[in-house]
Amino acid sequence: MTVTAPVPPPDFVATAPRKGRPSKSGILGVSQAGWFTRITILVVVLLWLIPTLGVLITSFRPVELVETTGWWTALSHPFHAGAWTIQNYRDALDTGGFQNAFLNTLAVTIPATVIPITIAAFAAYAFSWMDFRGRHVLFVLVVGLLVVPLQMALIPISRLYVDGASIGSLRIIPDLKLNGTFLGVWLAHAGFGLPLAIYLLTNYIRSLPSSIMESAKIDGASHFTIFWRLVVPLSVPALAAFAIFQFLWVWNDLLVAYVFLGGAPQTQVLTIALANLVGQHGENWQLLTSAAFISMLLPLIVFFSLQRYFVRGLTAGSVKG
Amino acid sequence: MATPTDDEAVETTPEAPKPQATSAPAATSSPWDTTLRASLGIVAPIAAILLFWWSFGFLRSSTANRLLIVAVAVVVGVGGVFLAFWAMDRLVDWLPAPFRERFRPYVFVGPALVILTVFLVYPVINTIVVSFRDANSKGFVGLDNYRFVFSDPSMLRSIRNTATWIVFVPLVAVGTGLVFATLADRLRRGEAVVKSLIFLPMAISFVGAAVTWRLIYSYRPQGFGSNIGLLNAVKTGIFGGQPVAWLSQQSWNQNNVYLMVIMIWVQTGFAMVILSSAIKAIPDEIIEAARIDGATEFQVFRRITVPSILPTIVVVTTYMVINAMKVFDIVFVLGNAEANHTEVVAERMIRWFFIQGNDGRGAAIAVVLFIAVIPVMIWNVRQFRQQESIR
Repeated sequence: MTVTAPVPPPDFVATAPRKGRPSKSGILGVSQAGWFTRITILVVVLLWLIPTLGVLITSFRPVELVETTGWWTALSHPFHAGAWTIQNYRDALDTGGFQNAFLNTLAVTIPATVIPITIAAFAAYAFSWMDFRGRHVLFVLVVGLLVVPLQMALIPISRLYVDGASIGSLRIIPDLKLNGTFLGVWLAHAGFGLPLAIYLLTNYIRSLPSSIMESAKIDGASHFTIFWRLVVPLSVPALAAFAIFQFLWVWNDLLVAYVFLGGAPQTQVLTIALANLVGQHGENWQLLTSAAFISMLLPLIVFFSLQRYFVRGLTAGSVKG
Repeated sequence: MATPTDDEAVETTPEAPKPQATSAPAATSSPWDTTLRASLGIVAPIAAILLFWWSFGFLRSSTANRLLIVAVAVVVGVGGVFLAFWAMDRLVDWLPAPFRERFRPYVFVGPALVILTVFLVYPVINTIVVSFRDANSKGFVGLDNYRFVFSDPSMLRSIRNTATWIVFVPLVAVGTGLVFATLADRLRRGEAVVKSLIFLPMAISFVGAAVTWRLIYSYRPQGFGSNIGLLNAVKTGIFGGQPVAWLSQQSWNQNNVYLMVIMIWVQTGFAMVILSSAIKAIPDEIIEAARIDGATEFQVFRRITVPSILPTIVVVTTYMVINAMKVFDIVFVLGNAEANHTEVVAERMIRWFFIQGNDGRGAAIAVVLFIAVIPVMIWNVRQFRQQESIR
């Protein structure tokens, strides 16, 4: 998968991921990794792993040890009695409210992933296989919107949620009372995710062979049937790639949740709960690390199980603003 | 997402020809059929509207049971949105024949356009307008907010810091990613494993990453418990002396660099993965030929690898520059930006708009960010136009 331009080529998501091909050692055998290369790689990997390892180890140590010694000391005598505990996770989930936050994050993330994909898929079909006025101009608009910074949308949307909108004294949209609600966050995420979703899915759906659509049309299938019975099943790779990207984006988001959902204990999501914990119990490391790990758990599972799709989604996401 | 229909089934049994898809529906269908379709065409949209109305109210009250909300959300998200499209498509079938197919595309593309307009196009215009107004966005204040942005000491620091972020983070992350991708490419075994370990932080939120690194930078003054931070342990172990409060070291912008390290840690994997796939796309013959001609490994890297993947490097760097420009979470979570002189532009925007409640200033800061990405926007559109003309 090669990126050649910020606007990826149309077959971007369509190309099958390159399998690692046989090593380049070739006939000459020059390019085999020498000791220097191997040691450099090892050092970099260790450097990159240490931070996560520190969190993981600290989160399983009892508070007395966390308070007095660095987490790396646990490695020198890992089998001492009382060296490990899961009490920190119990505390974080129950008294820390992270169980609730986990559920809230799910409640925010799933619809905020599904809604934009559904809407974008219909739009992508129209952009690819339907003829209408302004089709080209509208798609260029979508491309332009790809990099608009989120910050540009925060003030107007939160005013819209709280006060509605009016032109002069004429009220055109009533007070929506969407601030602090899940619905408000879903819609905001749907809006911010749409340009990328439409862009990617259109590129994919447009590259489907036109002979399929034409023969279905001759058989009398309506656009709706073609879309639902043919295009959606054929587009699963692209849909999955975007779904994973959007899922992780929403799950890991702090800004949108902070502005539109807020930090009330009943509705707060994991990122907000964790950020609040830093502010309130910044030195309770046993709690902070277990809470941090709870927030990383699902993304890491998604990461390890769906890495191939994840890479594709992220590569595609490199055009998002 | 819907369960994908079995491919074979689709190809062998296309939907039975639908009369409404052809030109003269009324002539070919029985009166019974017509009545049935008429009632369905009317009932379905009404049901959809009622369902949305009810779920809107239900979902707005955030006090209901979490799991129930998730369930309703998924049903409305998947089923409801799909049903709405279906119902609208049905409604179009009831238009007079000449308008039907002219109107149908707007059913498909309409909802997306409405959402884009409400959540992106309107906000861009509105933010620009608000940036010329006062704190409550009532009175017109001319350029006052922009004057504030470019004169307030804290704002100026944030602009300077962001400028450092957008140079330093992409440079180090792309550089490290490139070198690592090149080296890992030569491993005979384990390439996938080492690459995914470097890539792993990409799955972690910036908040999680900030907490992770806060543990490494941890510092406790004398009398407030023992120092458990890794960096202080390394520092006192090797150089001796007292532990250091890393995140408040302002000389040489040190603490800013410590924050940038977090973003580099998260994003290097991304650069590495994309650059690695670009490197693998370079034809073997070119590299073999260079080696036969006696090029050293470093020459191959500098004269062949880098020039061949230059377009990819540009894209990845651009992406990182935009990301670094909008960095917020890391600085925000690690707290006290003003005291530590670690302010960045996006963090100031939230500070002024959300915490201080000054819409005008917040909007002006957002507009500054927006202006900074306009060149990329134009470039994107141009690039797209070029591809279109080739097609």
